Amino acid sequence: MTIISPKPAPPRRRSWTLAVRERAVGAWPPEKLLADEQPSYVSSWIYVFGVLSLAALLVCIGSGLVLTLKGPAWWHDTGVGLFFNSLHLWSVELFFFFLVIHLWGKFWMAAWRGGRVRTWVTGALAFLVSIPTALTGYVSQQNFDSQWISTQAKDAMNSAGIGAFFNLMNFGQMYSYHILVLPAVVIVLVIGHVLLVRKHGVVPPFEAGKKSQRRRPRQSRSKPRPESARDAPRA
Amino acid sequence: MRRGRRPLSADPYREWKGGYRSYDLIKEFSIAFGVVLAITLVLTILFSSPDEKPTTIKQWSRSDPVDFVTTAVSELDGTSGTATYGPPYNHNGPGQHMWFIRPQKWLGVSHPIDTARDYVLAPLSSINRQPAVHSAVSTYEHASSKQQAAWTTAYSNALGKAKVGPGDSVTIPSGSYGPVPIMMSSLLGIAQTGGLDGALLTSKQFYQTDYTKPLLFMADGSVLANRAQAEHLLGDQWGMMNETGSFPGQSWLWLYTFWYQIKPFSTSANADILVMTIMGALSLAFILVPLIPGVRDIPRWIPVYKLIWRDHYRELARAGRT
Repeated sequence: MTIISPKPAPPRRRSWTLAVRERAVGAWPPEKLLADEQPSYVSSWIYVFGVLSLAALLVCIGSGLVLTLKGPAWWHDTGVGLFFNSLHLWSVELFFFFLVIHLWGKFWMAAWRGGRVRTWVTGALAFLVSIPTALTGYVSQQNFDSQWISTQAKDAMNSAGIGAFFNLMNFGQMYSYHILVLPAVVIVLVIGHVLLVRKHGVVPPFEAGKKSQRRRPRQSRSKPRPESARDAPRA
Repeated sequence: MRRGRRPLSADPYREWKGGYRSYDLIKEFSIAFGVVLAITLVLTILFSSPDEKPTTIKQWSRSDPVDFVTTAVSELDGTSGTATYGPPYNHNGPGQHMWFIRPQKWLGVSHPIDTARDYVLAPLSSINRQPAVHSAVSTYEHASSKQQAAWTTAYSNALGKAKVGPGDSVTIPSGSYGPVPIMMSSLLGIAQTGGLDGALLTSKQFYQTDYTKPLLFMADGSVLANRAQAEHLLGDQWGMMNETGSFPGQSWLWLYTFWYQIKPFSTSANADILVMTIMGALSLAFILVPLIPGVRDIPRWIPVYKLIWRDHYRELARAGRT
């Protein structure tokens, strides 16, 4: 009788694709990316403002997309256009309102602790890039507001040398920045920020290492994680 | 591990090993999106959004022809704000600076504007079948600089006594103004028919997107500033964060506009670069808060966190008692 032993699989060749996949899955396993549980200390209204900022950004992008598809003059001439412009304006106001509260909340939590510096940095950058994104929107309105803001803000841009290549009175240039370049940067930063939040989780309270991690809070709603899940870093 | 660096596992804040609770990420986001969309819709229905019509050169020259002509003369004799601005429009001014730092000058003239040529002489030269205007332009161009200055200075002074005549024309006392009155009345005529709005567009293509020249021309006059003042949009009215009407504006610029309200910035000729530098430094500090000793410790010193995590600390205290 001839015994045929199964041929061992050839060793897997290392590739860039494999490296990226392994790294991504390692950093963001599905149960972390779409978590169905969160630390027991996450129990405050301040945590709501992060997701509210995201929601406002989505409304802002959606309304802006409609305005873009219909062209920059549409909202001046039609009631529907004015409606979408109003949605865009108020979503921007809400976005900044929620984002500022979110940032202050994270500051008072010192949310950069425990290896979360990059999470803070991407959030801060997203806020800062949102400011010129809004400014280019204001100067793209094609009304008196645009005329006044562009002729006033040009001095600050010119004084810093930025005006040489970023001309607030050039509608075509500002419109491109507003609907493409700057929103793309904001979106990339926000995606990076959210991924870092999912990777590192929400920062634990102060002194957690000394007290709370030794004694699990006796909350009726809280539950211990299964042993199998404890080895993996938590979101 | 390098000497002096704490192992990651020693950082108590890196990973939470305490209790967990159920959480529905998708549901939370869906509810948040619904709530934000509802708030936005309510605000939209209640307040709409502002849309003040833009000012045109045609409107300006009809509503305030004296201001229009005064501005046009200042463009012609090189005394207007744009004419003396410096980079990026011309070399007639040093630009702003901070110590030896002169980015405005270093970046050079990227949007060249010759105010006399672009705002007055070229539009007048483009008029067909007006020999008197062409002759006036020719006389002006062939006169010496000293003679040109004498004409425009005398004309500018006379504009202080100007009266608006029939058809929104400008009448001034007689004097030695050379060809300037013919030039100005012709330019006013072009502006009042709307011709100057198109003539000043930067590109000569059919499609236009660059409004640098007409906007700078109007900004040199008082037409935009008068409207802005009525709408509380001037710099000393915290206008940078205001909006036309009673709508909220860019309130997130409050710190930026704050500096312009106080000395030395409110009186400095280099206010813009000084404020940009301060805001640049503050923005960098904001990004790097986690790395700045002292600043990063403020949340520990001022325990707002006890309010944020009050449930957690209450649970800890309760657990400690039992």
